[in-house]
Amino acid sequence: MRITLSPIQRRRLQNFRANRRGYWSLWLFLILFGLSLMAELIANDSPLVISYQGELYFPIVQPISDETFGGFLPTEADYRDPFIASEINDNGWILWPPIPFSYNTINYNLNVPSPAPPSAVNWLGTDDQGRDVAARVIYGFRLSVLFGLTLTIASCIVGVIVGAIQGYYGGKTDLLGQRFIEIWSGLPVLYLLIILSSIVQPNFWWLLGIMLMFSWMGLVDVVRAEFLRARNFEYVKAARALGLGNRKIMFRHILPNAMVATLTFMPFILTGAITALTSLDFLGFGLPSGSPSLGELIAQGKANLHAPWLGISSFVSLSVMLTLLVFVGEAVRDAFDPRKN
Amino acid sequence: MSDLLQISELSVCFGQGPRVVDSLSISIQEGETLALVGESGSGKSVSALSVLRLLDERHVRYPTGEIRFRGENLLTVSDKRLRQIRGQKISMIFQEPMTSLNPLHTVEKQIGETLALHRGMRGPQARERCLELLALVGIPNPESRLGSYPHQLSGGQKQRVMIAMALANEPDLMIADEPTTALDVTVQKQVLELLQELQQKMGMAILLITHDLSIVRRYADRVAVMEKGKLVEQGNTQRLFESPQHPYTRMLLDAEPPAAPATSPEGQEALLQVTDLDVRFTTQKTLFGKVKASFHAVRAVSFDVTKGQTLGIVGESGSGKTTIGHALLKLTASTGSIKLSGQELATLNQKQFRPWRRRIQIVFQDPFGSLNPRMSIAEVIEEGLTIHDADNLANHEHKVIQALKDVGLDPDSRHRYPHEFSGGQRQRIAIARALVLQPDLIVLDEPTSALDRTVQKQVIQLLRDIQTRYGLSYIFISHDLSVVRALSHKLLVLQNGSIVEYGNAADIFQAPQKAYTQELLSAALFYQNNTTTN
Repeated sequence: MRITLSPIQRRRLQNFRANRRGYWSLWLFLILFGLSLMAELIANDSPLVISYQGELYFPIVQPISDETFGGFLPTEADYRDPFIASEINDNGWILWPPIPFSYNTINYNLNVPSPAPPSAVNWLGTDDQGRDVAARVIYGFRLSVLFGLTLTIASCIVGVIVGAIQGYYGGKTDLLGQRFIEIWSGLPVLYLLIILSSIVQPNFWWLLGIMLMFSWMGLVDVVRAEFLRARNFEYVKAARALGLGNRKIMFRHILPNAMVATLTFMPFILTGAITALTSLDFLGFGLPSGSPSLGELIAQGKANLHAPWLGISSFVSLSVMLTLLVFVGEAVRDAFDPRKN
Repeated sequence: MSDLLQISELSVCFGQGPRVVDSLSISIQEGETLALVGESGSGKSVSALSVLRLLDERHVRYPTGEIRFRGENLLTVSDKRLRQIRGQKISMIFQEPMTSLNPLHTVEKQIGETLALHRGMRGPQARERCLELLALVGIPNPESRLGSYPHQLSGGQKQRVMIAMALANEPDLMIADEPTTALDVTVQKQVLELLQELQQKMGMAILLITHDLSIVRRYADRVAVMEKGKLVEQGNTQRLFESPQHPYTRMLLDAEPPAAPATSPEGQEALLQVTDLDVRFTTQKTLFGKVKASFHAVRAVSFDVTKGQTLGIVGESGSGKTTIGHALLKLTASTGSIKLSGQELATLNQKQFRPWRRRIQIVFQDPFGSLNPRMSIAEVIEEGLTIHDADNLANHEHKVIQALKDVGLDPDSRHRYPHEFSGGQRQRIAIARALVLQPDLIVLDEPTSALDRTVQKQVIQLLRDIQTRYGLSYIFISHDLSVVRALSHKLLVLQNGSIVEYGNAADIFQAPQKAYTQELLSAALFYQNNTTTN
């Protein structure tokens, strides 16, 4: 089915495409994100496919025990073990992913002390625990973007709802809501996070929840302003005169107006969320240790100044990601700009 | 007399678009008033703005023509020279007094700016000149007004300040772009008289741009009629009004609405009875929500609406007429009694009132603001049905089509969006939205004041037809008395929220009892009377 676009949407799409930098940034970002979603197929410590004695095995999908390949242990096979490797190679073949390490695989076969410089095996070198930097960057990118997206969507939902209620009902609701936000935004987020991380072991969802408690306020002001303006529009009055309920009026008649502001803000909220996660990880209050995180990589780069590949790869991956998102955000802003034609 | 301004073969277009003004040639002599008339979109304002090159230079193009002011081609002069001409030789007053004054500057500063710019007048000298100008444009007690900000002035006073600014350097030509459209009728008359008086005193020429032909007849020496960017007719005012040559001019002249409403069956019972309606707006509250000060917008207003008839509500802006309409629909909180077919509505809360909304509908003033731009026409009209007739989904499309036919629109256009329709068509859509619910009463809140005269006439005709066909009652709110006269059986005259006069429309128009009504009628029908006596 072809989606029919109203003329205004068509014009916006055209404006978005006209900003070539943003348009290509979006494609590049989507490709990188798509690739990172398939990180398990790109960087993994299990082979993709094994052919052993005429049968095909897929170690990525399900663990295959050591005994299958003539070992003694009932646990999962260690494909780096020279015995297993040669056993399989004698009776078939192994297809490895391009990077034969996962984010938490420690390369014990290093000839130099870790952090090891880039080599044919570890393309971007290893970190100070002997883990492959390239694999960690790919997984870290994915985690950052996923975290950012989830946080952005969740804070948009909360922010739009709160802003809508404040703007639509106005008066006392608005007054109390605004004062609450003023007080709430005065809370020191970082200290709260530090305190909370000493009570619970923060994981992905804990961090998301804590950061959501403060990030929803960004959108409230814009959405509220839009609702304050639009609730006096004549077509909103007309809808009330028709007998439409408040919720329907907000959803059908006013929300589309506020969506422009929301969508324009979204890429910037996303970059903000990614940066926030990275800085928490850098400070050590973020994701549990061992998680692939760009912030932690920066921290390692700072601790190991003699291993510039750590700092450089985290810097490059972060700056590419954020720059692409800012370019996309600029194009979105252009697209919704009514003065452009 | 020589030509002061000569526009020859002027064409204007925006970007790569079509010509908005096409080969326009007009000239203005010293000291005369030329009226440029036409419907909205006919290119009259664009022509006027291009005289001072006030259009956005990045988008506008002038494929042909020249504008000569005392022999100097304004389209090619340098920006520096142009700035000398602007405000010094040619000045301009705009339509909207609310937005054409800077809200952050005092009256003295606004007028002083032009004086300082072109004459180098500053300090006490400029102050004196300001006072002189304010007195000239008839602002009472000018001393006290020098320090006023625009929001402290009324609409008429703002327009007077605008005129004072335009006059500051005694220009040779004043361009007045719909100078009175945004003003009340009584104020409109005063402003126009003032312009005429000043013109005689200072001997300047005026280019008057308007869509209101009744003004033109009284104040212009010559008239130029524009249609779709082209000049179709020009000539002496007297000649043009008596023997218009072009069919378009004839249509414009013929656009006066009929003088009496359609007759309605006698002896119908009252549909709506309103007693002691009172509306207050809180302007100041204490911290704990106790009302400290309030504005009494409607004071103890009582009236009836008979089934199948129209009640006209007239009054100047701020008289509370729109507030009454909103109070009836519970869009504004009010006290007093509102009875629809004997059932008390005032005591119902919003939820209890919802089923009644089907029976009272409203049509708003602004045809551009009252339709959601993101919904197709079918969706706009159907919305009411989804609430009040939700069980009968299959029938909705049929009803939408019927409503569109009733208002004279092509039902096939129902999947298009509001922006594809003209102002008059949009107002028809708004009427269809009200009509589809088969209401008993429609509140028409200035439904024609944003429309051109010719379109106005069509909409009035449509409203009359619908009324006779379905036996509807209307409450018709307007400041335009000629339109009210065409529809109303009864008339309610409001001033500052109180009833001045209430009774049969024909009687009031014939013999108004109160001084305020007489003043209102004489200001509004002044031009029409002129037309009939001439």
